[in-house]
Amino acid sequence: MLLKRRSILPGFSLTLGFTLLYLSLIVLVPLSTIFLKTASLSWGQFWLTITSPRVMAAYRLSFGASLASAMINSVFGLIVAWVLVRYQFPAKGIIDGLVDMPFALPTAVAGITLTALYASNGWIGHYLELMGIKVVFAPLGVVVALIFVGLPFVVRTVQPVLEDLDPDFEEAAATLGADRLQIILRIIAPAVIPALLTGFALSFARAIGEYGSVIFISGNMPMRTEIVPLLIMSKLEQFDYAGATAIAVVMLVASFLMLLTVNVLQRWSSRRLTA
Amino acid sequence: MASVIRLKFENFSWLIPGPANRRRPATGEPVLVRMILIGIALAFLGLFLVVPVVAVFAQALQKGVAAYFAAISEPEAWSAIRLTLLTVAIAVPLNLVFGVAAAWAIARFEFVGKNILITLIDLPFAVSPIISGMLFVLLLGAHSPLGAWLASHGIKIIFAVPGIVLATLFVTFPITARELIPIMVAVGSEEEEAAMVLGANGWHTFLRVTLPNVKWGTLYGAVLCNARAMGEFGAVSVVSGHIRGVTDTMPLYVEIIYNDYNFVAAFAVASLLTLLALVTLLLKHFLLSGSAIPLSSEKTSETVERIAA
Amino acid sequence: MSIEVRNVRKTFGDFVALEDVSLEIATGELVALLGLSGSGKTTLLRIIAGLEIPDRGTIHFHGEDASGRSARERKVGFVFQHYALFRHMTVFENVAFGLRVQPRKLRRSEREIAARVHDLLKLVQVDFLASRCPSQLSGGQRQRVALARTLAVEPKVLLLDEPFGALDAKVRQELRRWLKRLHDELRITSVFVTHDQEEALELANRVVVMNAGRVEQIGTAEEVYHHPANAFVYNFLGNVNLFHGRVENGKVYLGDTAVEVQDTHERAHLNGNKALVYVRPHFLDIERTPPEGNHCFRATVRNINSAGPQVKVELTAQWGDLVQVEIDHERYQALGLAIGAEVFLRPREKKIFVYQI
Repeated sequence: MLLKRRSILPGFSLTLGFTLLYLSLIVLVPLSTIFLKTASLSWGQFWLTITSPRVMAAYRLSFGASLASAMINSVFGLIVAWVLVRYQFPAKGIIDGLVDMPFALPTAVAGITLTALYASNGWIGHYLELMGIKVVFAPLGVVVALIFVGLPFVVRTVQPVLEDLDPDFEEAAATLGADRLQIILRIIAPAVIPALLTGFALSFARAIGEYGSVIFISGNMPMRTEIVPLLIMSKLEQFDYAGATAIAVVMLVASFLMLLTVNVLQRWSSRRLTA
Repeated sequence: MASVIRLKFENFSWLIPGPANRRRPATGEPVLVRMILIGIALAFLGLFLVVPVVAVFAQALQKGVAAYFAAISEPEAWSAIRLTLLTVAIAVPLNLVFGVAAAWAIARFEFVGKNILITLIDLPFAVSPIISGMLFVLLLGAHSPLGAWLASHGIKIIFAVPGIVLATLFVTFPITARELIPIMVAVGSEEEEAAMVLGANGWHTFLRVTLPNVKWGTLYGAVLCNARAMGEFGAVSVVSGHIRGVTDTMPLYVEIIYNDYNFVAAFAVASLLTLLALVTLLLKHFLLSGSAIPLSSEKTSETVERIAA
Repeated sequence: MSIEVRNVRKTFGDFVALEDVSLEIATGELVALLGLSGSGKTTLLRIIAGLEIPDRGTIHFHGEDASGRSARERKVGFVFQHYALFRHMTVFENVAFGLRVQPRKLRRSEREIAARVHDLLKLVQVDFLASRCPSQLSGGQRQRVALARTLAVEPKVLLLDEPFGALDAKVRQELRRWLKRLHDELRITSVFVTHDQEEALELANRVVVMNAGRVEQIGTAEEVYHHPANAFVYNFLGNVNLFHGRVENGKVYLGDTAVEVQDTHERAHLNGNKALVYVRPHFLDIERTPPEGNHCFRATVRNINSAGPQVKVELTAQWGDLVQVEIDHERYQALGLAIGAEVFLRPREKKIFVYQI
């Protein structure tokens, strides 16, 4: 029997059964077709496809920009979370709510808006142009778009941890003679770092697969500003299904590795928190 | 992302608004440092969140209000809006049912493979939307055995409305589950067990005891699912075939007219979606801050004691 | 190092935690701040530590005004109610913490720090737990580690916030005795907060009884117990009977009985006023026949509980108040009481306390 512990609550078979059915139809079956399709390619063809220059350039861009955006989000997300939890200032509630905007806003809307903003005649792009910084149709634009979509992840992962920090520990450290910097480094940081790393991983995972917000601002120039999802899309439009799946498989493997990393980080951080 | 569920399992403070009367530690950063940090945070959020939202409306109204309404009332715009609404009308209720069922199974029972199930539910979040769409094309497209069979019976899924619904379902179904699971865990099964002991059967217990307790969370889950479903772009892009007037949802329509350099019209339709996002955020504040989740009792009494003693 | 609290006032929004508190603690004393929740005792302790800033008033250490100094600068040891042991560090690292964060000039070498830490752990008898994490310790062990950690930086003042509140009764007893011995040995000026009067009376050189942000009385255990300054203190420490009487011609009457007042505090202008009379249960004698003089009153026996070191008798006084009396077993046997019996109660004069309302 699947159940580990008997319960008087009913509905186990019904709910689990329905859940599994839904999952299979919507997730498992489609997912398995990818691997089936890839299997139709020989190893040689597979390798050739994924190491072709255009594909490699796309991988470099997608992973590189995702890494950069995740790092920026980690730094600023930490500051935002800290400020939201620890300080008081006007309109704090509204700002806290706004942090979820990238979750709720369609990626296409974000895409066209960011493009309009950072174009040479845009509100922000206009100033950056004067400084010689090009955002649209350049890798920097990709990074900007990915910062937007990944922003809430770090903030929302770090916030609960900061909120749960008991002031007792900081006060104890102060009475023992630690100055503020020492308290931050020795007492607060160890508690926050696991959450920060988790947020980083989540932000990164989200960024590598992002499509809608990037394609407008990047210009989609092959070898220069073409991200992997777009490349897959192009191959699909040309009916090169095998090629598309090959590239996709690499992305999927990367995504699953990220998922695994996040899981491990979670377990590590929960061990520390419940100590 | 499965781990995000687990993170939410372990502490629910994200559901609860920050402690209002929190004791301020006598140890804190100097005022100057605080000001600088607040400044940095506000600048960052202002640049990446506030300015874009304002820009959407500014761009949409650039040619005046009349042009705005003209853009929204274009027939193609309307058919895009209709298709989007049809998609969510199917996807959201189905996902709600799934979310409730999954939450019940996960929150109320201990069973073998529970962790795997949770990971599976999180899967679509880890998969790029393009790949999600591609999965369905591979599975049901004209080139696949299943697709060929369907075509021979005159059933069109890919490059037609059913495909769009399926892709949307794939991408948005984790949302309701992820909202509901922590809430069900937090509420606990005591009331339901009490109802069972008093003689209520499963359905009665569910309808009269469980649902009322999780109603705000369910409502928010539906609202968020709705917003994500209406805004889904990547996955739907792949399966829709971009047949103007037939298989364009609102986000796809925005893309098409933007690429036609019809910027004002694109932003006009985009502004509708932005309004929806803002409404979603507002509802989150109202639905979740008033929800009946018990505060961590230790924390509250401790705080009160400290202040009072 | 002596501590002086001068006219300290502290509010939290509308709530007045401390009204106008002044206090002096001599070097080497062990003082208890005793009171209920909301009395302000923990707030006062935290103000002394520098963890809260008072709205008004000053704190002096050894005559010097320390009010402007931060918690870190005051070099007081503070033991928290829930210990606040750093979860991600071992016992050793916790105790070494204060020594490791010292500015470079003052900091000792790792070897010296390790030696000192082990000395302290031996002093508090948990040396064998040095490499464990706090989560693996019992409550009593954590408390001792918290104390060792505070002592590591050689504070001149030791402040403890309900140090034994979170422990089982037996462990509490043990640690109480142990803390007393430790204090006798180390002679650090110590202040601890408690709501347990037994603990305060047993441990402290002097007790500060607090109520609603004010100091009701300061004195040794004997003083506050036997010579309470007012009704609150009397009521708070130990069991007490409360009677409603009235004042006439300078005498207090309970029913028809005149009762001699033990002077000093609340005397005054007693005429036609009401009075609350407090008498401890073991300071009432039961007699079968009315004794000499009119210093007794009638009462009827309602309940008898003879299980315990003393016999507890519940009676109703002739004017209706409920009375609790404690007598020893021999007296009880001699009286041969039964429920419903009519007896005479005589308060032993020296032990009555009158509070004018």
